[in-house]
Amino acid sequence: MDQRDASVPTISRIGPFRASIGTFGALIGSGFRRYATYRQATIAGTFTNIVFGFLRCYVLLAVAEQAAGQRPAGYDAGQLALYVWVGQGLLSVIGIWGWTELADRIRTGDIAADLLRPIAPVTAYLAADLGRALHGMMTRFGPPLLAGALFFPLHTPQRWQTVPLFALSVLLAVIICFGCRYVVNSTAYWLQDARGPITLWTLGSGVLGGLYFPLRLLPQEFLVVLWLATPLPSLLQAPLDVIAERDGPAMQAGLVLVQAVWAVAILALAGLLQRRAEARLVVQGG
Amino acid sequence: MGELRAYAALGAAQIRSATVYRASFLVEVFGNMGATVFDVLTVLVLFRATPAIGGFSLREAVLIVGLSSAGFALADFAVGNVDRLKNYVRAGTLDAVLVRPLPALPQLLLMDLPIRKTLRVVFAIVVLGVAVAANDIHWTPLRLFLIVLTPLAGAVFFGAIFVLSASLAFWWVDSGEIGAAFTYGGRDFTSYPISVYGSGFRNLFAYALGFGFIAYQPALALLGRADPLGLPVWAGFLSPLVALGAAAIAAGVWRAGIRHYRSTGS
Repeated sequence: MDQRDASVPTISRIGPFRASIGTFGALIGSGFRRYATYRQATIAGTFTNIVFGFLRCYVLLAVAEQAAGQRPAGYDAGQLALYVWVGQGLLSVIGIWGWTELADRIRTGDIAADLLRPIAPVTAYLAADLGRALHGMMTRFGPPLLAGALFFPLHTPQRWQTVPLFALSVLLAVIICFGCRYVVNSTAYWLQDARGPITLWTLGSGVLGGLYFPLRLLPQEFLVVLWLATPLPSLLQAPLDVIAERDGPAMQAGLVLVQAVWAVAILALAGLLQRRAEARLVVQGG
Repeated sequence: MGELRAYAALGAAQIRSATVYRASFLVEVFGNMGATVFDVLTVLVLFRATPAIGGFSLREAVLIVGLSSAGFALADFAVGNVDRLKNYVRAGTLDAVLVRPLPALPQLLLMDLPIRKTLRVVFAIVVLGVAVAANDIHWTPLRLFLIVLTPLAGAVFFGAIFVLSASLAFWWVDSGEIGAAFTYGGRDFTSYPISVYGSGFRNLFAYALGFGFIAYQPALALLGRADPLGLPVWAGFLSPLVALGAAAIAAGVWRAGIRHYRSTGS
């Protein structure tokens, strides 16, 4: 065994920086493998994404057909179809819904085990979530996009920077979404039962994130406030507008910049809440 | 009599547990209503960009969404919790339900009493009321009968869809979100004039699965509009038949599922 005492927060024999990178990578891998176990659920979820893709796509195309200039909110038919199908593909990559793990562990007292580990809970859960998102990207992103391309004329990106910007935008969206879910789940430290905040989050993130309809349909002033003052449009609307090339190149990059600011802010908030909670935590159960 | 008392005890226990975390419960009540609020809001937002969707004006579209949400909210209130069946099958909790001397389905529904969904039902019915007032409906006794009948038939139909998609878990434990494609997907499908959908998709959902008769056809009959897709007026009165058919299939599949159930081995 290595000649180190137990307090050293590494699982690698190399230097501390590379060691923490190694730990982070290992946690990403374990997150990936955890979700790779449920193959049938992946197929079932993909089927559902595709059905909802058809529903939303037909409705938005019907809106476009009778809208002024056939460009509702500045999207043409191909951009709307791309918006819908990429949105369905990203849904489980971003992972808006159904994460109550942290809240459940706080309520049952299992969180005590997480606090004993030599890695901060926010970092450990972020790594696991990135692994989950990577698995989602490899399995859940492609099929809806393929189904959409088979049945609808999709917009093809025209600018060289669109695809790399989209990749960055998705990564930032995953981080922001994780941060939001962590903050929402953390309310269980104070409330014991976080079902209420989780319900509000599920509701708000879907409609104000751009899943139900493109947010550009909302009044301009409201939209600007929503986009800058809340992280919600950065979850889905931003990557979708980037790939659909809704705006000019400067605005396209600007959307990603706003996401970057929100990613830093929300992770900082999650870390702050975690420290405040640890200072007052009474572990449940026993 | 003893059975009723057992159900009452199950229900009362749920009410007591809901009142323990009062703040969370209140947020859940409003959160659940919010889901239906946003469905209606989505229709309003889409109409900001266009005067008509699929040939239907905003007023007419709100009538369709009102009929659909009233039926769905009632069904979700009554049997929506059955979608937790897959968790009970996976965990083996269903064993405990089956050994008790009461039918399984009512017990499952009372294991998580949906008091938090009451406000949603109220909101959906209010939307329907507003839609009826906003449209200039030429009232006849037959149409009065139809406006009462349609949400009830819709509730039975969506209830059957809930039970059917949950029953899938008896054969396929990892069916995950597949049921949502038909329950929530069905609700979304019925919220719009079915003239917006492509013909293949429409034929499958509207006519083969029956979703077209839940809100769209009755709305046409209420408004006295001819169907742009060519079905006669009496198609608006088919919803009870479609609903009873679906309920019969659901009951059969549920019984077969209970017989097929094998407990988890752990």
